[in-house]
Amino acid sequence: MDISAPATSQTLPPQRSGGSPEAVVELSGVCFSWSGAPPFVIDIDCLRVARGERVFLRGPSGSGKSTLLSLLAGVITPMGGTIRVLGQNIGVLGSAARDRFRADHIGFIFQMFNLIPYLSVVENVCLPCGFSPRRKQRADREGGTVQAEAVRLLEHLDMGDAAVLRRPVTELSVGQQQRVAAARALIGAPELVIADEPTSSLDADRRAAFLDLLFRECAREQAALIFVSHDASLAPLFDRAIQFADINRATGPAPALA
Amino acid sequence: MILALAAKSLRNRKFTAVLTVLSIALAVMLLLGVERLRSESRESFAATISGTDLVVGARSSPVHLLLFSVFRIGNATNNIRWDSYRAIAQRSAVAWTIPLSLGDSHRGFRVLGTTREYFEHFRFGRDRKLELAQGGPFDDTHDAVLGADVAVKLGYKSGGSIVIAHGAGEVSFSLHEDQPFRVVGVLERTGTPVDRTVHVTLEGMDAVHAEAAEDAFDPLAAAVRAGVEEHDHHAEKKTERAITAFLVGLKSRGAALSMQRLVNEYSGEPLTAILPGATLLEVWEIVGAAEKTLFAVSALVVVVGLAGMLVALLTSLSERRREMAVLRSVGARPMHIFGLILGEAAFLTLLGIALGIAALYLGLLAGRPWLESRLGLFIVVGWPSAYEFALMIVVAAAGVLIGLIPAYRIYRYSLADGMTIRI
Repeated sequence: MDISAPATSQTLPPQRSGGSPEAVVELSGVCFSWSGAPPFVIDIDCLRVARGERVFLRGPSGSGKSTLLSLLAGVITPMGGTIRVLGQNIGVLGSAARDRFRADHIGFIFQMFNLIPYLSVVENVCLPCGFSPRRKQRADREGGTVQAEAVRLLEHLDMGDAAVLRRPVTELSVGQQQRVAAARALIGAPELVIADEPTSSLDADRRAAFLDLLFRECAREQAALIFVSHDASLAPLFDRAIQFADINRATGPAPALA
Repeated sequence: MILALAAKSLRNRKFTAVLTVLSIALAVMLLLGVERLRSESRESFAATISGTDLVVGARSSPVHLLLFSVFRIGNATNNIRWDSYRAIAQRSAVAWTIPLSLGDSHRGFRVLGTTREYFEHFRFGRDRKLELAQGGPFDDTHDAVLGADVAVKLGYKSGGSIVIAHGAGEVSFSLHEDQPFRVVGVLERTGTPVDRTVHVTLEGMDAVHAEAAEDAFDPLAAAVRAGVEEHDHHAEKKTERAITAFLVGLKSRGAALSMQRLVNEYSGEPLTAILPGATLLEVWEIVGAAEKTLFAVSALVVVVGLAGMLVALLTSLSERRREMAVLRSVGARPMHIFGLILGEAAFLTLLGIALGIAALYLGLLAGRPWLESRLGLFIVVGWPSAYEFALMIVVAAAGVLIGLIPAYRIYRYSLADGMTIRI
């Protein structure tokens, strides 16, 4: 492995006080509702994800999974309880600091439309480094330059073919697009990768291949992975599977949509 | 980072962007062009006559007097007797006078009977004198000096001969054919009605009309003569010579008002004296209304151009919400997203303005000869005036202000959507 010693954090050194040292994500007593008052959409007593851990989070659509991801990303803040990412209580950060924190430490893969249509494949992968000097620095150290690191990651995801790299992202297949999105989530070695139904538009073969690649790269970068899906068949592939309904006490009245 | 993104995003929507820029450019070109023509025509209008302290004619409205004596528009209702003219011209306050006799034409161009004083004292623009492009001023009774347009349109050079006709129409049935005039000079272009005037001597004009009066073989002319005793410049003898108007230069400008009163109260016959500057202003008030309307219309075109940009930006927003969610996920702040849209609006507007100015200058350079020859407008292709700069700043500010609308909307969206991708 060519991973160098753990990076000395340049910006926002994660505060260890109060959280377990090895926890990437630690939720306690978190509740949230979009209206600002009960009933809550999210009411989670405790959730903990360790460094390098692969967690499968399963639940039907509309159960509040996306809201949970928004909370983890710091796009919204909880009405009660604390969310610690890398020991940092993100609820106490200002909105600018939360945006910065997200750029520095979290990589995202969405279900679809992950890519900016007017950027090239490599530009799409490099995008987080434009917003996070920390990730840019790490990518530079890994690959020499950010672009070289992007190409390296794409190669690891079987996307290194020069012809593919030159193609406009809108002409890539869905599977290829998801792999570009995975490379983007991984560039600059964020400590946490959040994937929101990234495989739901892939067929079974491609799904397995994509997960393989994703796992390998997360392991290489020592990144924790939170993988959200409603597809129970994937659960055995992960270190741990969580039924969203089991941890979220607020799911009661929500209408269960297929 | 955001700038590079904005540029690439815009390149991705080239077609709409180009259309938007073009519509703004055209609107700006129109606005500036109208403004330029407006100020140039106002200036060239005011520059039609200068250095003249008073214009005197038979009793009529000041505007009417100015129009026929200086602009050669319309006809005089009455003449001034020669002795009235002499009486005023000989007053001690008067430095010079130029008699003007109008009423005849040559192939659609007005013929002006005057004296050599005209070439010496007449001024236009910023105290510019009439210059001769060819030949010299008249010496002999049957000499003629042509305005630049007359010479060019009719292809005359000095040395040629022309025949003048009675009345001002393009086609006249009463030609003074037996008394041709010899062209002795052609004037430089002035951009004033002088360019469209044929200048002849007062004596020559008298001779032509004396001849016509004695000319008995034309029954129509005889009938006209019999029926209308007091015909325009119908003068059979030199002593009964009359002129249409005259220009007065005073020894001191300060005397203009008292001289004007003196002429208006002249006992020999009813006369009107005007201060040309004041009356020019009065005429411009009438003409200027049309120009103001034109300006208002072109300002509206700018509004339409900017509204087009607003529509283009707003329609792009719904499909760009996804893009914004992705940008948010990689750490873009809502303010970045706001700046992305606002920057785009500002960029499109500024590019449109720059392009519009460039197109206007190209158009002015290309169209200058045409404007000069057709409208007699001298367009100086120089730096934009302070007023034009102010106009452009207003347009740019309006563009940015309009950009605030979609920028604010996407800002609200990105706060509400977060990273949720809405389709």
